[in-house]
Amino acid sequence: MFQHSDEKERIKMRVKIALAGNPNSGKTTLFNALTGSNQFVGNWPGVTVEKKEGKIKGYTSKAEEAILVDLPGVYSLSPYTLEEVVSRNFLIGEKPDAIINIIDGTNLERNLYLTTQLTELGIPVIVAVNMMDLVRKNGEVLDIEKLGKDIGCKVVEISALRGEGIDQLAQRAVAIARGKKKNQPAHRFDGCVEHALAHIEEAIAGRVDESMERWYAVKLFERDEKVRESLDLDPALIRHIEEDIVSCETEMDDDAESIITGERYNYIGNIIEDCYKKRVKKTMSTSDKIDSIVTNRFLALPIFAAVMFLVYYVSVTTVGTLLTDWTNDTLFGAWIIPGAQSVLEAIGCAPWLTGLLVDGIISGVGAVLGFVPQMLVLFLFLAFLEECGYMARIAFIMDRIFRKFGLSGKSFIPMLIGTGCGVPGVMASRTIENDRDRKMTIMTTTFIPCGAKLPIIALIAGALFGGASWVAPSAYFVGIAAIICSGIILKKTKMFAGDPAPFVMELPAYHLPTVGNVLRSTWERGWSFIKKAGTIILLSTIFIWFAQSFGFEGGTFKMVENMENSILAAIGSGIAWIFTPLGWGNWKPAVAAITGLVAKENVVGTFGILYGFGEVAEDGAEIWGTLSGAMTQAAAYSFLVFNLLCAPCFAAMGAIKREMNNGKWFWFAIGYQTLLAYTVSLCVYQIGTWVSTGLFGAGTIVALILIAAFLWLLFRPYQENRMRKMSQNAAGEINA
Amino acid sequence: MRTLRDMKCGQSAKVVKLHGEGAVKRRIMDMGITKNIEIYVRKVAPLGDPVEVTVRGYELSLRKADAEMIEVQ
Repeated sequence: MFQHSDEKERIKMRVKIALAGNPNSGKTTLFNALTGSNQFVGNWPGVTVEKKEGKIKGYTSKAEEAILVDLPGVYSLSPYTLEEVVSRNFLIGEKPDAIINIIDGTNLERNLYLTTQLTELGIPVIVAVNMMDLVRKNGEVLDIEKLGKDIGCKVVEISALRGEGIDQLAQRAVAIARGKKKNQPAHRFDGCVEHALAHIEEAIAGRVDESMERWYAVKLFERDEKVRESLDLDPALIRHIEEDIVSCETEMDDDAESIITGERYNYIGNIIEDCYKKRVKKTMSTSDKIDSIVTNRFLALPIFAAVMFLVYYVSVTTVGTLLTDWTNDTLFGAWIIPGAQSVLEAIGCAPWLTGLLVDGIISGVGAVLGFVPQMLVLFLFLAFLEECGYMARIAFIMDRIFRKFGLSGKSFIPMLIGTGCGVPGVMASRTIENDRDRKMTIMTTTFIPCGAKLPIIALIAGALFGGASWVAPSAYFVGIAAIICSGIILKKTKMFAGDPAPFVMELPAYHLPTVGNVLRSTWERGWSFIKKAGTIILLSTIFIWFAQSFGFEGGTFKMVENMENSILAAIGSGIAWIFTPLGWGNWKPAVAAITGLVAKENVVGTFGILYGFGEVAEDGAEIWGTLSGAMTQAAAYSFLVFNLLCAPCFAAMGAIKREMNNGKWFWFAIGYQTLLAYTVSLCVYQIGTWVSTGLFGAGTIVALILIAAFLWLLFRPYQENRMRKMSQNAAGEINA
Repeated sequence: MRTLRDMKCGQSAKVVKLHGEGAVKRRIMDMGITKNIEIYVRKVAPLGDPVEVTVRGYELSLRKADAEMIEVQ
């Protein structure tokens, strides 16, 4: 019995349980049902895969706590995908006290495949058969007792959605975790495979934990590189093992990996026959009926367009913008900021302090929070689309187009949302499972001109191109071209090299999502933006405010009257030479570009101030005349392109940082965007000048060389590095 | 050699062998496409690729390029 005085006993009562299962098996719902609000979200070490932990309800006290770790949804424990490797490393490295394996009762065969791997680890496993209500409704019968006996572990029936069987599952799981009885896999493979496995187990005996011998033997049989490396076996032993594998391969006329997979599925086939009664009559399920319309050859694209229009219309055009404008213009713009200003002035606060509080901090907070309502609206849609199963269909429908430049079919949504605002656009990339596709999408989404870039386009078009109608469409063209070219170029670099991720994707059955799940997912994403992106946005905004308002005026450092004396102007003058090759090496456009980092529409306002017009209209019509005198057309278009492509505003950078979740990748993304912007702008200006004036100089040569290099990057052949490379990359990322 | 790629919508066939190697092959097997299993081609995406198949009682989509690795009867 448990005694408070006995320290050993006490430790024994605290357990760590892993929750494993296939994607779409109801894992998230179960995790929420088991832990309630006791959750904390983090990241698996070194990777961008999200890690969720929580305390199981009823086991939250310090002495008896049961921590539940939500593993990424995986179909297998193969060494190939990041999620699988993360799950494996956790199970082998941290050895949880038990595993809860949730399986979808309506899809037993494929779900049990993971179970056969989990039971080999020696860790106590409890299988939770989910969606039992549906199984019964379909008139099918599953004998839980027999199933438990066949797979060699405890089995309980649950319905995560309805909260049935959750308490019983929690009690049993904690009990087996405390019991710490090693799990013995019940399954046996074909005679010759077992023979080879026995040999391997013998050979590695003593080198690995006894309870895990089976797991290691199977992995060595599969020639799993990662396991081989981790065991550091001596070459003679590897040769010896190899002989066993090869003889088995010859006998079964297949390769080792296929043999094991085949054996697992054969074994599962036998179990199903033993304990599962399917209904013979096959009718079309509701899900099938929906799918026959939604992904219909002729209707799929119109339906897709309609859904996308609805998402865009509500989250960007109407409700979203309304909320954002209200937060920015009314809540902060009309109430909080003027309110705080008058209060501070009334109490006689020093002007610099008022400035810091109001223009620096409160505006900075406003910059963070202003995006949140719109984002929540979008996340609501995304959560719904994901939960109901349509998101997988989007990937199915759009894959053909997007995979050509290294993106996923799901990249469509971030790009679409990006035309409204890059911040939720970047955040929407969360729905892309594949790590490389997601990173690529994050890096390229902000190339699409967002709403805040439109004033810059209007300014340039109006001031230098007589309001020509081609300027705005050309900006979108530049954005799309930047995405496509970046996709192709990056895909050929080392960082993104290797095979395109296998697009072997489950199309889950449609179902109506629960309100709770949708709201929770919406809130989690919104909150993670505030928390993770908020800091960077706030600090950057304050810094720019400070640099813009302070400087040396009349020999002393103080809050400046004239922006020309500010630190920012000094910085602008200091870096203006960098932009000389782009045709606008003057401090004013340089400063305008910097203030554009706070929010892109600031570029126009800054021009207004710097050219002495004070407040200007949104398209800066007042300064068109001055600007057209200050810049050539080529320079102006180069300025436009630079602002379209370079590092986005701080809010979007914050979102990029949040989504990359890795400093190195964040800087790589920002650096790449800025470098691309610089190169393209340089070419635009130099070639533009050459064409319009006939001047051919050193700059033109540089531009031509850059174009040649760009074309080479674009059209060079793919590097031949198949799977090996990819698994190394994955390993590198894990170890990093 | 007849592969999954050659199959028309609405056809069923038995898998004979999986060709190729590495992650894609492993993934295909992990998802339940193994020797002797019956596979049914449900649908082709509106743009002609990928395809949707029914295997082991659930829906799976895969690209035609990968479907070529799956030899069927």
